[in-house]
This record gives sequence, structure tokens and C-alpha cells, in this order.
Amino acid sequence: MSEKLLEVRNLSAGIEEGEILHGIDLEIRPGETHVLMGPNGAGKSTLGNTLMGNPAYQVTGGSVYFAGQDITKAPANERACLGMFMSFQNPLEVPGLSLESFIRSAIRQQTGKPIRLMQYQRKLEETMALLQMDPSYAQRDLNLGFSGGEKKKAEILQMLMLSPKLAILDETDSGLDVDAVRTVSAGIEAYHRQTDGALLIITHSTRILEALKVDRVHILVKGQLAASGGSELVEEINRSGFEAYLKEDAQA
Amino acid sequence: MSEQRISGEQGRSLYDFIDVGTDAYRMTEGLTEEIVTRISEEKHDPEWMRTFRLEALRIYEQMRMPDWGPSIEGLDVGRIAAYVRPKTDMKDSWDQVPEEIRTAFDRLGIPKAEHEFLAGVGAQYDSELVYHNVRESVASQGVVYTDMESALTGEYAEMVRDHFMKLVPVTDHKFAALHGAVWSGGSFVYVPKGVHVDIPLQSYFRLNARGAGQFEHTLIIVDEGADLHFIEGCSAPKWNVANLHAGCVELFVRKGARLRYSTVENWSRNMYNLNTKRALVEENARMEWVSGSFGSHVSYLYPTTILKGAGADCEYTGITFAGQGQNLDTGARMVHLGEDTSSMITTKSISRGGGISTFRSAVEIRKSAARARATVDCSSLMLDDISRSDTVPEMDVRTGDANVGHEAKIGRISDEAVFYLMSRGVSEAEARAMIVSGFADSVSKELPLEYAAEMNNLIHLEMEGRA
Repeated sequence: MSEKLLEVRNLSAGIEEGEILHGIDLEIRPGETHVLMGPNGAGKSTLGNTLMGNPAYQVTGGSVYFAGQDITKAPANERACLGMFMSFQNPLEVPGLSLESFIRSAIRQQTGKPIRLMQYQRKLEETMALLQMDPSYAQRDLNLGFSGGEKKKAEILQMLMLSPKLAILDETDSGLDVDAVRTVSAGIEAYHRQTDGALLIITHSTRILEALKVDRVHILVKGQLAASGGSELVEEINRSGFEAYLKEDAQA
Repeated sequence: MSEQRISGEQGRSLYDFIDVGTDAYRMTEGLTEEIVTRISEEKHDPEWMRTFRLEALRIYEQMRMPDWGPSIEGLDVGRIAAYVRPKTDMKDSWDQVPEEIRTAFDRLGIPKAEHEFLAGVGAQYDSELVYHNVRESVASQGVVYTDMESALTGEYAEMVRDHFMKLVPVTDHKFAALHGAVWSGGSFVYVPKGVHVDIPLQSYFRLNARGAGQFEHTLIIVDEGADLHFIEGCSAPKWNVANLHAGCVELFVRKGARLRYSTVENWSRNMYNLNTKRALVEENARMEWVSGSFGSHVSYLYPTTILKGAGADCEYTGITFAGQGQNLDTGARMVHLGEDTSSMITTKSISRGGGISTFRSAVEIRKSAARARATVDCSSLMLDDISRSDTVPEMDVRTGDANVGHEAKIGRISDEAVFYLMSRGVSEAEARAMIVSGFADSVSKELPLEYAAEMNNLIHLEMEGRA
């Protein structure tokens, strides 16, 4: 097996109205934490959604490999079963489907095995406690009437229960207060520690990164990676924002 | 037929098995005075019933076909055999029911359900009941649960005569008249004052015969302060000619009593289901309808509740699933007569594969119904671009202090929601089924557990297009 967990080669993608990503190259190895930053409208969410296989986005060029398999055309559920996960920026509400039973169905689909109920129940309770979620949320309809913060916690809960090899966190920190960011960060740390899972954190702020050891930072501007580097890039963005990259792009 | 064909994996074939050679007597097709007289003779009707049938036939001939709902052009009543008697008389032990008929009910899980969670069972096969039994513990409380034919001549003959087609008169509509002329089978239930029947009674109607009609009559009287849950199940195999179901259900809920009437209807796709159900609810009594309609080619079904007594209350919860080739016109009607009466209609309808689902709600608040309260909440889900879903609300309020509300929602499955569920590892078909089951959840959890499971199974079959 290849050392690379995710390999994106010259990927272009977009929606019907036009191409948004132009020739992205990206490699993530098992256990690594990558951060994708960029100004609004740069295509960050498009990249996350394209990697996860959202049919609303079409791949117009290049390819995506995960765990050595070409998944460029694979449906989202196959990607999930291979070990990919995405925390949604706006998690969808599904009336009549409880959070708990949905997680159970997802685990069953991914493992193809029946679930040990007691063990599952215990893990669910512990994880909800870690995320400071009220246990009653387990029986509530998936995301229905959840506050913004509760929805994001429910996403991290699903991540911890499903233990993926790579988790894409799409703006998981946006719209959260300081305490909620801290709780979500604790969840992300736990994921990293427990499973040595890799992360691709899409964000435009740096609050969520404070407690995490970042291996690699990528700056996405107008659908292209304008820079890639170590965690020092985060500090640079903190100091001077994306201004420099936008100018460079304008001159080019 | 091989066992394989009837396994759940094979979709609707669970209900589609056909038994051959189970009828002992089949009335000539069509509808004449002579045929109605012969049915009456076959059934050893009391004299008043024979007169009643002939009068109903005269009214039938004078009335016009309904011209406002789905087309029933494919139905030629002249070619329907109104009476098909199976090769057995009624038994009170499954062992005595002829094997091929017993096997049919075994496949539908009826004897097992009876053993596990029912207080009594009536099983009708074509025109006649082939099995009827009620638990001793229930019978000893004075609860009467019997076939309509026995009821006509038995201890409660007077009571039956006083109530039979009084709530649904034969003049109500053409198919009520038809029912009055050729009805056969069905159940009579009487729950005496103050008696609470803790576990449900069930009637199951199976129409096996080709090109036949089923016209069972259900009459239930729940006396003052009594409590009953009655379950009705129906299915039929698919023939390539039209079958007709024109049953009639009359429910009397006396002062302070409660009746819950649950139905899971799963007729085959050649069935014209023109059924009439009505309840009369007296002072401080409560009526609960739970209804799941999945089958039939065309349905006209609008259970009506008359809230007669002060403080009477009714809740109607229903779900309709119209698939390919189905036009299901259903609804609920509430008539408020008493003061402080309240009604609540909650329905869900799902259409798929070009199926048409229409829901008609009618709330009438008459002058006498001071301080009445009524709410109607209809949601529809369309699973593709070729299906149709309509809601037709009607409110007629004649008081100044009524509190009425209506809400209707029509939606589609969002692609984003499907992607969201798929991103956790579930297949697209499974994701859609989860969303549809979730949509139906508030109704399915009202059904008895076994039926909720059956309904979920039906939704999955429908979603996979195998129904």
C-alpha cells in the first residue's frame, strides 16, 4: 500500500455554471493534520465537497486517490466505507431519523457487521460526554432544531463514532462561541489521539488550530493553491491576512 | 407456487400468491334482482335483510357514478362476481380451516399474530369468514366479536338491525347502495359498558378470487366508558382483471368510550378500493383512526367522524403511498355537532413513479358546536418529477368562536440530504429510504408494532421499485 492516504492530482472541478477549482495537487499521509485556508469564495468548500463526492460538483479534470484506490468517480458512500468523512458546514436536518439510529446504521453499513449494542451504547455515551452534549440528543431527530453549535458537535460525534482514516472538517469552527470551539477542538484531539486519523481542516480563522499540531498548511486562492508550507504559514496569515496572495494573483 | 416466490425478498409477491380452486361457489357475474335474491338465499338472511338488499339494489340502479375523483372507467360492475364462497364454513380453530386457505393466512402471519398480540381474530377469505375466534378472557367480560351473518340472527340481532347501515345509509353514494345490496362477511363487535379490552381485536380480509368483489360489513359498538383497539388488515393477489372492494365500516362510540381503529390496506394494483367508513362519537368519547394505504389501483377513501356529543374528540392519523399506476384519493372528514368538540387530522402522503396522491380534508363546524377546535396538517413528499400530490382542504365553519387551523406542506427529497447521509456510508437507495421512513415516522409509530414493521418494509420495497 502506498504511504499516501489521499492523493489529489491536478484536480479541476466546478458546478454547472463554471469551473471553480483549477488543477489542485495535494497529498495527505496517514495521521497528518493539514489545514486549508483562503479568503471567502476561494473554493475551499468546493474542494471538500468534491473530495467527498458531492454530486452537485463535477470533476472536469485530474484524479483523486484514496488508500491507493482511484475514487475520482466513486459515490460518496463508497468513499465513506474506504475511511473518508466530512463534517458539513451546514449539516442537513432529517425528520424522523434519530441521531443515534443513524450513527448505528452508518456503522453497520461501513463495517458490514452487526453492532454490539452494549459496547456501542457505552461509546456513544462517553463520546457525547466528551463533547458536552446532552444525552437526550441521541434520540432526537438528526439535526432537527439543533442550534449551530449542537449541529457541529453532532458532526464531531459522528466522526468519533465512525473513526475514519481521513476527516475533512468544513468550517467546523465557524459560528461557534469560544467554549464550543474548545469542546470541538477537544473532540478533534481525541480523534487524532485515538485513531491516528488524518485531518484536512478547512477554515478561515485560526482559533480551532491553537490546540492542534499542524503538519501542513495550504492557501487556496481563486481555485488554485497559492502556497503550501508548515504551521508558520498560519502565523503569517494571522499577521497579514490573504492580502499578499490576492495581489500576487492580480499581477499574474 | 414455490416458497421462494413468497419470501419478503421478492417484494410484493408476499401478497401476490394466488390460490386456485379454493372457491366452492361463485355467483354469476353482474348485478340483477335475481342475483341479489340468490345471494340472500345463500346467506339465509332474515326477511328484513332480503327486503333491504333489494331496496338497496333499486337505489344503486338510480344513482350516478361519482364523477369528481380518479377515473373508475376500468371498473365494470356488471362483470364483477359479487359473491364467491370459499370451500369451507367458518371455523374457530385454524386446524379445521382447509389447508390451502390456512396456508394463505399463515403466509400473511395472521395465526402467529393472534397468538402473540391479539385478543381475537376474524379472517375473511373472498366473501365469507373462514375463521373467527376470541380469547376466553375477553369473551368472559361480555365482549361480542363475531361474523356479521351470525350477528344477524344471534343474541344481538335487534342491536344489529338497529344500527346496520344507519350511519352510512344506502342513499349515501352509489357504492354504499351496491354494498347494501350484495354485502357479505365482515365482523360485529360489541364491547359492554365499562369494559376495557386491553389487547386488540383484528379482522383480516383476503380477496383471492379473480374478477370478484369483496363487500364486507364491519359494525362496532363500544358502549359507555368502554375501550377497544380494532385492527383491520387487507390484501389481495394481483389479477389482470379488475377486482372491487366496497366494504362498509360503521363505528359507534358511546359516552366516555374510546375506540382506536387501525388499518393497513395493501390491496393489489388491480383493485378498485371504494370503501366507506364512518364513526359516531358521543359525549366525552374519543375516536382514533390510524390508517395506512399502500395498495390498490384506485382508492376513494374518506373516513368520516361525526362528533355528536359535547366534548367528543377525534384524531385521524394517516399515510398514503402512491406508486406507479396508482391513483389514491383519500381524506378525512370531521363533522362537529357538539359543544367543545375537537378534531385533529395529521396526514402524510408519498408519491413515486408517476403515482398520484390526493388528500381531501373536510372540517365542518355546525352552529351547535360552540367552542369547537379543529386542526389539519397535511404533508406530502414527491419522490420524482413525474408523480403528483395534491391536498384539497375544505373548511365550513358556522360558529363565531371556533378555533381552526390548517397547514399543508409539499416537498421533495433534497439532494443535499441524500449526499449528507451517503457521506456516512449508506447507499443512495438506503439514504432515500431513510428519509422517506423518517417522513412517515410520526404515523408509523402510531401503528401496532408488527404493522409498523410491515409499513417500513413496504416503504423499502416501494423505494426499490419492487412493490
